[in-house]
Amino acid sequence: MADAIHTLAERPSAPAEPKLALRDLVVMRRTASGETITATDRLTFDVAQGEFVCLLGPSGCGKTSLLNVLAGLVMPSSGEALLDGRPITGPGPDRAVLFQEPALFPWLSVLGNVELGLELTGVPASARRDIAQRWLANVLLERWADAQPHELSAGMRQRAALARALAADPDVLLGDEPFGALDAQARELLQREVQRFWVGSDDRKTFLFATHNVREATLLADRVLVMSAAPGRLLEEFRIHAPRPRDLDDVLIARVVSEIHTLLMQEVDASVAREMAR
Amino acid sequence: MSRARWLAEELGPPLAGVVGLIAIWAIVAAVTDSAAIPSPSVVWSAFLDGIRDGSLPDAAIKTLIRLAFSFVVAVVSGTALGLALALNGFARRAIRPIVVALQITPFVAWVPLAVIWFGATERAVVFVAIVGSFPSMALATLQAIRQVPPLYERAGRTLGARGWSLYRKVIVPAALPGVMAGLQQAWGFAWKALMAGELIVAAAHAGLGHLLDPRRGASVPTLFAALAVIVVIGVAVDYLLFGQLDRRIRRRRGLLVET
Ligand SMILES: Nc1ncnc2c1ncn2[C@@H]1O[C@H](COP(=O)(O)OP(=O)(O)OP(=O)(O)O)[C@@H](O)[C@H]1O
Ligand SMILES: [Mg+2]
Repeated sequence: MADAIHTLAERPSAPAEPKLALRDLVVMRRTASGETITATDRLTFDVAQGEFVCLLGPSGCGKTSLLNVLAGLVMPSSGEALLDGRPITGPGPDRAVLFQEPALFPWLSVLGNVELGLELTGVPASARRDIAQRWLANVLLERWADAQPHELSAGMRQRAALARALAADPDVLLGDEPFGALDAQARELLQREVQRFWVGSDDRKTFLFATHNVREATLLADRVLVMSAAPGRLLEEFRIHAPRPRDLDDVLIARVVSEIHTLLMQEVDASVAREMAR
Repeated sequence: MSRARWLAEELGPPLAGVVGLIAIWAIVAAVTDSAAIPSPSVVWSAFLDGIRDGSLPDAAIKTLIRLAFSFVVAVVSGTALGLALALNGFARRAIRPIVVALQITPFVAWVPLAVIWFGATERAVVFVAIVGSFPSMALATLQAIRQVPPLYERAGRTLGARGWSLYRKVIVPAALPGVMAGLQQAWGFAWKALMAGELIVAAAHAGLGHLLDPRRGASVPTLFAALAVIVVIGVAVDYLLFGQLDRRIRRRRGLLVET
């Protein structure tokens, strides 16, 4: 267990064919007032097939922007975003996205939401109901299949969104602070569920989650990427080999958490200082 | 909640309002004691006469057929136009101002033109009702679509919706409450425009609006009775059809605050 953590400096050889790859990714956003903002600055990293990666970084460092690029919702300003070595040109059934809000469609029942996801990815009508019901059972919502999304608690809604995202069997799950708006208990339940699905998926799916929560990242990820303050670059990388399920009381995990936390706080302080100096 | 209690709670307040209005009317009629303001009971018997001799039901049916036709045309064309304007930025910038101009043109202003183009015919009346209502339908549809939260569009796209399927499965359903509001508004405009048309384009094309025509020399109580029928039909359709439909859609989406 001594080598539970690796950092950038002692990085092992990169895997042959990354599932996701960013190459010098620059994302510029134009604000309503006409200002051009560099959201990410020449960002380069890989995510291997079957890897669980968490992104940490100060607010505004470009996590959402880079996830949007990988989701195919935003085009890079320069550089490349690759999926299986091919440039991403739009959304696809190979990638599912969990947003911070569940984004369930209020005109459909919970079951209807999951079924629509299946319909849109071309699952034949006869198979949809069964798959959708199985996924609702997986997230402990089978009793709520006919409820409307607004009748669910926030945690249940995010579980339904998780079911909708995974039902279509994507290769990649992108999460943009998917549990950020939840209370501690709901968050813990979802973290456990996500881990279960990731471990349980045969040929392991690739998960890439942005989060603000250092503990969450450390509990979930094979690798934690820490981004710099805006414009976001890659600052440091932590490989965590500890077996799952992980325990925050574990000495090793606690040490990683505090190490990442210290680095992140330095970066946040630096960015605040930079803001003040402007 | 039992059905009876629901009805009482639902219909109680509006009924109280109507009863109060009739009471005030009765008092005003009694105090002024003028032929210009007949009492509710006199109007009621004029109404019964109208029913008995068939003139009121006749007019109401003629009017409702015209209305149904104009409303359907206005809603179908208005929704299609609104959707087209939402889809195409160039069309939107080119055509939206024209539709807005149509929308703020008083529908009565169309009556003389309609008579010139179509003669004093049924077609002129229907034309006025359509022109009076389809712009609000088009603009409401456009507005409703443009106000769909971007999150739904993004969620739909990442779930695999593209192009037409994105519209059919995500954007249009998301816009439905706004489209419903447009429907209700278009109904009001169609009804008003049709009455104006029928009133002015008299020429033997009997309808409820025609009953209001002073040139017909109808008695004042008959006029009141016709007016009452017009109001009741207008309110009933608005409240019972569109109002309930709207509530149902909103309740299903959790947009209705239950009191
Ligand atoms: N749609 C947009 N239009 C204009 N600017 C944007 C847009 N989205 C993001 N930005 C800008 O890009 C930068 C990065 O934003 P982004 O949302 O990617 O950061 P983030 O890391 O996700 O932040 P947070 O942790 O607070 O969610 C910010 O400066 C933000 O103002
Ligand atoms: Mg973000």
